[in-house]
Amino acid sequence: MNAHQQPTGSAYFIAPETAKAESHTLSVLVANEPGVLARVIGLFSGRGYNIESLTVSETEHEAHLSRITIVTRGTPTVLEQIKAQLERIVPVHRVVDLTVRAHALGQERPIEREVALVKVVGQGDRRAETLRLADAFHAKVVDATVEHFILEITGKSSKIDQFVAIMKPLGLVEVCRTGIAAMNRGPQGM
Amino acid sequence: MTNTNTQTPDNQTPDNQMTGAEIVLRALKDNGVEHIFGYPGGAVLPIYDEIFQQDDIQHILVRHEQGAGHAAEGYARSTGKVGVMLVTSGPGATNAVTPLQDALMDSVPLVCLSGQVPTTLIGSDAFQECDTVGITRPCTKHNWLVKDVNELAGIIHEAFRIAQTGRPGPVVVDIPKDVQFATGTYTPKPEVAQNTSYQPRTQGDINAIQAAVELMASARRPILYTGGGVVNSGPEASRLLRELVELSDFPITSTLMGLGAYPASGKNWLGMLGMHGSYEANMAMHDCDVMVCIGARFDDRITGRINAFSPNSRKIHIDIDPSSINKNVHVDIPILGDVGSVLEDMVRLWRALPKKPARAQTEEWWTQVDRWRARKSFSYKHSNDVIMPQYALQRLFEATRGHDTYITTEVGQHQMWAAQFIEFEEPNRWMTSGGLGTMGYGLPAAIGVQVAHPDALVIDVAGDASIQMCIQEMSCAIQHNLPVKIFILNNQYMGMVRQWQQLLHGNRLSNSYTEAMPDFVKLAEAYGAVGMYCDDPRELDGKIAEMIAVKKPVIFDCRVANLANCFPMIPSGKAHNEMLLPDEATDEAVANAIDAKGRQLV
Repeated sequence: MNAHQQPTGSAYFIAPETAKAESHTLSVLVANEPGVLARVIGLFSGRGYNIESLTVSETEHEAHLSRITIVTRGTPTVLEQIKAQLERIVPVHRVVDLTVRAHALGQERPIEREVALVKVVGQGDRRAETLRLADAFHAKVVDATVEHFILEITGKSSKIDQFVAIMKPLGLVEVCRTGIAAMNRGPQGM
Repeated sequence: MTNTNTQTPDNQTPDNQMTGAEIVLRALKDNGVEHIFGYPGGAVLPIYDEIFQQDDIQHILVRHEQGAGHAAEGYARSTGKVGVMLVTSGPGATNAVTPLQDALMDSVPLVCLSGQVPTTLIGSDAFQECDTVGITRPCTKHNWLVKDVNELAGIIHEAFRIAQTGRPGPVVVDIPKDVQFATGTYTPKPEVAQNTSYQPRTQGDINAIQAAVELMASARRPILYTGGGVVNSGPEASRLLRELVELSDFPITSTLMGLGAYPASGKNWLGMLGMHGSYEANMAMHDCDVMVCIGARFDDRITGRINAFSPNSRKIHIDIDPSSINKNVHVDIPILGDVGSVLEDMVRLWRALPKKPARAQTEEWWTQVDRWRARKSFSYKHSNDVIMPQYALQRLFEATRGHDTYITTEVGQHQMWAAQFIEFEEPNRWMTSGGLGTMGYGLPAAIGVQVAHPDALVIDVAGDASIQMCIQEMSCAIQHNLPVKIFILNNQYMGMVRQWQQLLHGNRLSNSYTEAMPDFVKLAEAYGAVGMYCDDPRELDGKIAEMIAVKKPVIFDCRVANLANCFPMIPSGKAHNEMLLPDEATDEAVANAIDAKGRQLV
């Protein structure tokens, strides 16, 4: 989550970066062993790359494989370098740039979804309004008292951003987001 | 163990049941280890106890863990084998960090075994505890904390495989003390590499190699730019490189790390390139039309200003590490693979070319190269009164002819002069800290080289500042009868720092003068070595011959001109064709060499 972009490597890279930074979603398949997440995020901080979103969980229990989904931002050269550097990490099995793959399949982007829990506190009309909007966003009520709701919402990050913004004046007190889970469209596996 | 079963199953014969410490020694032997460099401490006592009770592996006691690491690096680089170091927990492990990073940047295969506090105490801030795997994660190729004695042997075998295959590098195996005491099963070294996520590719893509050979054959102004990858790939890669040069008649230059892969006496040799490289090498890099980069990585010390780097060339890049491709410089034909394997294909395909390029195709280029050569960019003004550092190295090199010589260096001006003036005919003869630039590397590295080659002449070309960074290893050299020769170019300054202060900071020599310099002759004698002193150019040859004849470690205090600068030089932020040459480097030119923007660079 570095605020600014680093050029790759050389101390002599004094020419201003002219290539445009893009946001890409990477899927990293790793052996589920101690320290593997630290290796991945240490690479990002150590080399000055950005992490916009990070999600990790074991996906294949028998094979001890975990899938890390990282949204990162950089110029095409930097993104290539990130992929190559990730592949150098010994327990990393595969790195797939889902955004590049989506483009190759003629799609704008891979499917990217996020889950959020949103706690809203309020009384009277504001409660009715909260429920009406939750319904419009297909958010579910998962917990409630007479003064609060906890809403569960799934969707693209932009949809969740919008929902959170709308809930703010209605008494939003807490938000928890999972980060992005992503996959390419179509029948082929990763 | 709670197992009360008296029957021993097939895979648990008493033969393969042993303590963790025994497993360590057995695994080292099975991986062909003959020497380890280390320093004992509380958390590795069980392993030291095993070392005491065997004779197959010789332990070289250093005086600081950093020395163990650099010695193991010197050992590895002069033999092509894996270097092994053994350190204790806490400060032992943290002292190993510098050589680990050094080995990572220069791609040296190194296995570091470290002791750790017992597993039950991990995380409790125990005495001499540190998060070794956490601290060494970014400075190793891979590392492990062994929590189960039954996994220990497998991990050590895998550690050796990872250290020496693909792009070589350092690995750490952190072994808690209770795991060293526990009894477990020894698993033998697997015959075939296991199916894991780590499977480096050595074979290059034949289509890419074919395209590269065709591009090379079309070149009018070609150059081969080689690096440490050729040396790391093994002697066969150097032989193939020589064959390729012979076949193609291309001019060849090399980085600091690759010296010796092609002989300095070869007729196509242009000398080293880069910040302090030769005029002909850098000009040829700038003006070439086809560049073949073989096992080098376009480091900033090589490229100079990146947007002015070889602007009109098509570039071929052979490297085993995908992350080296297109990292600093965009290349047209990347070839992923081991240098030796790719060169083999390349030589074969070159021989199979339907129409070989005529000699006339590169004739004009060679004429130009010869004009650049005639500039004699390493020249310096000789003096009859003081020893010029360049002269000292020329005489040293002449004196070593006919000997089985290995050279190590520290870091600074003396290192660059050594690279310029000492000629290497074979790979694995030149050990220097290139990527990390570690002062203090040379003496322990020389010790490692001498351990591997007891009868060879091993010389550490040193500076008066660098040598003091690991001077304690003199004691190690004496203890193990390692007759290393330390040749100090003593100018009483941190020469390279002083040179940069002159170039960049108005000659304000902030803290770069070596005040309170020790008497190196007495220092040598205090350790039980031989001390020598020379400040007269006329006596130099005789004293160098005397130094070489001594069968003990020698510290040679060679007093050289204090304020000599290392030229030629590409100042920071400048391009290859904007070199500062020795005869043009007047005080004014030096003072104005670097502008405000360049001053911010390293």
